[in-house]
Amino acid sequence: MSHFQPELRQRAEELVALYPRSRSAMLPLLHLAQEQDGYLSEAGIEEVAGLTGTTSADVRGTASFYDMFHLEPVGKYVVGVCTNIACLLAGGEEFLEHASQTLGCAVGATSEDGLFTLEETECLADCDKAPCVQVNHRYVRTTTPESFDTLVGDLRKGVHDADIPSHGTLIRVKRNGGLRASHDEIREQRATSSAARAKRAEGNS
Amino acid sequence: MTDVIKTTVTLNVNGRPIEVKPGELLIEACEQAGDYIPRFCYHPRMEPVGMCRMCLVEVDGPRGATLQPACYIHVTDGMNVTTNSEKVKKAQDGVLEFLLANHPLDCPVCDKGGECPLQDQTLTHGSGETRFIEEKRHFVKPIEIGKLVLLDRERCIQCARCTRFSDEVAGDTEIAFSGRGDLIEVAPSPTKPFDSVFSGNTVQICPVGALTAKPYRFSARPWDLEQVESTCTTCAVGCRVAVQSSGNRLTRILGVDSDPVNHGWLCDKGRFSLDSIDGNEESRDLLSAATRISQPLLRENGVLKEVTWDEALEAAASILRNAAQSSDGVGAVGGASLTNEGAFAWERLVRGVLGSEHLDAQFGDGLDPVVLQALPKATIDEAAAAKTIVTLTGDLREELPVLFLRLRENIVRQNSALIEFGFGPSALRSLARVSLAIRPGEAHLAARALCDGSDAPKGAIFTNEELEEARQHIGDSGEGVVFVVGRANLAEDSSVLEEAIRRFAERYPNATFLVALRRANVMGALDMGLAPRLRPGRGVDVAASGRDTLDQLAALRDGEQKALLVLGGCLIGNVADAPAARAALEKADVIAVTGHGGATLAYASVVLPAAVQHERRGTVTNIEGRVSAVTPKIVAPGSAWPDVAIAAELAELLGQSIGLTSVEQAAKAIEETTGYPALSVMNDELHDGVVVGRADASSLRHALDPMAFPGIRSTEAVGIASYTGSTTTVLAHSSGVTKGASLSDLTSSPEIEVGIADAYSLTLYASRRLYDRGIAMQGSPALQPLIPSSALALHHVDLDRLGVESGTVVKVTGARGSILLPVVLDEHVARGSAGIFVGTLNSSGENPLDVLFDPEHLISQVRLETR
Repeated sequence: MSHFQPELRQRAEELVALYPRSRSAMLPLLHLAQEQDGYLSEAGIEEVAGLTGTTSADVRGTASFYDMFHLEPVGKYVVGVCTNIACLLAGGEEFLEHASQTLGCAVGATSEDGLFTLEETECLADCDKAPCVQVNHRYVRTTTPESFDTLVGDLRKGVHDADIPSHGTLIRVKRNGGLRASHDEIREQRATSSAARAKRAEGNS
Repeated sequence: MTDVIKTTVTLNVNGRPIEVKPGELLIEACEQAGDYIPRFCYHPRMEPVGMCRMCLVEVDGPRGATLQPACYIHVTDGMNVTTNSEKVKKAQDGVLEFLLANHPLDCPVCDKGGECPLQDQTLTHGSGETRFIEEKRHFVKPIEIGKLVLLDRERCIQCARCTRFSDEVAGDTEIAFSGRGDLIEVAPSPTKPFDSVFSGNTVQICPVGALTAKPYRFSARPWDLEQVESTCTTCAVGCRVAVQSSGNRLTRILGVDSDPVNHGWLCDKGRFSLDSIDGNEESRDLLSAATRISQPLLRENGVLKEVTWDEALEAAASILRNAAQSSDGVGAVGGASLTNEGAFAWERLVRGVLGSEHLDAQFGDGLDPVVLQALPKATIDEAAAAKTIVTLTGDLREELPVLFLRLRENIVRQNSALIEFGFGPSALRSLARVSLAIRPGEAHLAARALCDGSDAPKGAIFTNEELEEARQHIGDSGEGVVFVVGRANLAEDSSVLEEAIRRFAERYPNATFLVALRRANVMGALDMGLAPRLRPGRGVDVAASGRDTLDQLAALRDGEQKALLVLGGCLIGNVADAPAARAALEKADVIAVTGHGGATLAYASVVLPAAVQHERRGTVTNIEGRVSAVTPKIVAPGSAWPDVAIAAELAELLGQSIGLTSVEQAAKAIEETTGYPALSVMNDELHDGVVVGRADASSLRHALDPMAFPGIRSTEAVGIASYTGSTTTVLAHSSGVTKGASLSDLTSSPEIEVGIADAYSLTLYASRRLYDRGIAMQGSPALQPLIPSSALALHHVDLDRLGVESGTVVKVTGARGSILLPVVLDEHVARGSAGIFVGTLNSSGENPLDVLFDPEHLISQVRLETR
């Protein structure tokens, strides 16, 4: 019995088939497992171990290296507040403290209703909007305590359900390109992008 | 210019030119030049990782001399290396200072203190002063990562030796690094603890006290331990071990790096079963394997009572004297747990003094000894390096664990192709090029098809394509092919596998065979003539005839035989048909010569206590025919005697002599009368022994690297300063064996007929597990909880067909009745068969084999009923 839902299981098998060694598919498969459960459950880890011909100790060890894989259950929304230098100067620490009070949970913990997990993050590469905040890895561009509280209220009401799906969901619209693209399509894309590059280079000179 | 393939490269180490083989690692090349480079993560038996940076040395390059890890770069011609400059010293100081910043200074209470690579190398290579005054890391300690292994996380220096061992050598990857940076730690999966049968090796190679073994933790200090080198006789691989004791108490067993045998590795049963030697002091139950027999016992009014040796020997002699009056009245079984010298003495007593040809070291759980002796033999090294390995055995990881490691190494590197006769569960299954799924009673049919080039037999579950692929790997003459043959299934008559083996031997004349029988010194006992038709010195008298164990049990039941000598081991615990054995012993006068209690003693009239493993001197022979010395470390308890002495005294009382009174005399007699190596091996300081019949084979013993094998003290390699990594070449002793068996002595393969299996039944596959209910397991408090309970393993096709789910308890009916067993899913079990493990009990304490074994047929069939 597969732990993955049929559609995910099929995608997982496609991913494994892409690599000469099935072990190489471990990280993409972990994303799938997290997409289904919101975090990496033990059953999800075992499924990935089975698909990649490894063991759950091995998969867990690999997953534990990466901050964006969660080995414990998290809320529907994972709120990340940056406290790196640009955000620190813009009041990131205070913002994090405020977020903690609004959500009613400590940094690194999950709110009692199971809706929010609050994280302190390293630089999120959006420094001009400091202090930088993400919900489920999507920029929310809320820089004041007031706008944060509004956002939390809206999230609770489900206003943002369309833009910010539950934690773990990385892609909402499945692209036709990427992994599923045919070789012709990839060649075409490469030609287009190298033409564009050449054009840019011309403009620069 | 002509291309010259270089066989050596020359490099400069500290200004001196040295010549080494191309492709060698710099750390090894420097060692050969006499410059020892400190190291933690590097281990000569595993791939390098360059993780600890302790081995940084200066290597000249285009940008001048740079610091590079010596364990991770290969030598090149003209390389300039400096290992003793200020820069190198400063780098090593720095690495050590960083390691110690996060390492507690709890050496006084740490098990590794006194034999710790970190401690030793801090003394030899550290700065001597600490600048670290901050608070160190603290963790909950220790955490139990497996049933036998504990982890103190703050001591770990992240060298990855344990995780690499688990992944690379054992292949089960039950532990891995978890986390990142300063939070990295060794962790098993929360649902699958570190219960590998090889877990103890990670403790042995840990260069700090992070991993400790539960049985040894806090039980001794290394400087109080005394040590001898010996051979482990828990199974028949013959791993070399360092046996350590404190006073007269065994404290620890460590694997010695013997190049032809175990590469330093051991299984947990061999490593941790030492407590079973002394037995459990509280245990008084003579029927329990946990009880040590230390006094002679005599049955009086139905109860075994302690008596003097004189009384016991006189009683034994009178039983033998009476029984020997009628022809064929007496016989002996067992002997696999003896030394060669002990076996030789008993052989002289039974054949020479009692005049009986009825003796057998196997309990019907092995294979025809004459066939085995006639096979052209391969060594473990040859099997591991074979082009193609064909296994006709049970699960090697469960039966001969270190042989599994040795074979696995080359199979994983894809140097050897593995063809497996897939009888049931096997840890090598995923590595096999071809695995022929074979049900009980079909091995000979598969062998016929393979040899004749014919199609798969009707009803077989392996395909013609698989057969053809196997044929291609084996080739036409079997050149470069090693067949590993053992007794896979105790519920199938041995004639099925014997036919298969003989067919292969006849069809593939250039193939060689490695005999994978598992019980201790069974090969030595057979070589000493403890089987009908065999003679000491690996001789065979094809004209002779005698009863093997099963025939003797039948003769005892029929009253044709009166008395039985049981030599070591537990007969009842090892025969497939225990109820029949009990019925036979009930009628017999039984003399048991043993070190431990067991079910057999319920029938013994006289019990003579014998010295066992680690208490006696002598030689043993492993599966490849390698004779090596066993050395006593402790004194046998009470008044247990060596077997030679017991046999000699009995002979005296019977009015004759076996001409032997000491182990040395027996060893001398073996060597002088048969040419079989014994005394020369016993006196050999070079430890790795010799392979019988391989006069040309020489063995290499690498000097022991104390950083790779901490805890083992060797006179050749104590201390970092004196260790130079030199090797000694040992010339093999001559070992002319005069009258060996050959296949031509035997009649050609008889065709056996198994009969058609009942379509509604499943055929029984009874295989062995490492953790069984034997003496080693039951007598060790640490291992005893690991003995599993019985289950019935089925393929998913059969589960679906029967509509049973894994975990359900079902009623299983066999030849002798029914038993309740939980069903488990195991895809390795062949479709149409049902797997059980020998030596396990169900929740009501019943042994499934006792109920399900069918003595009337070549295979046993069972039916399932869901309740």
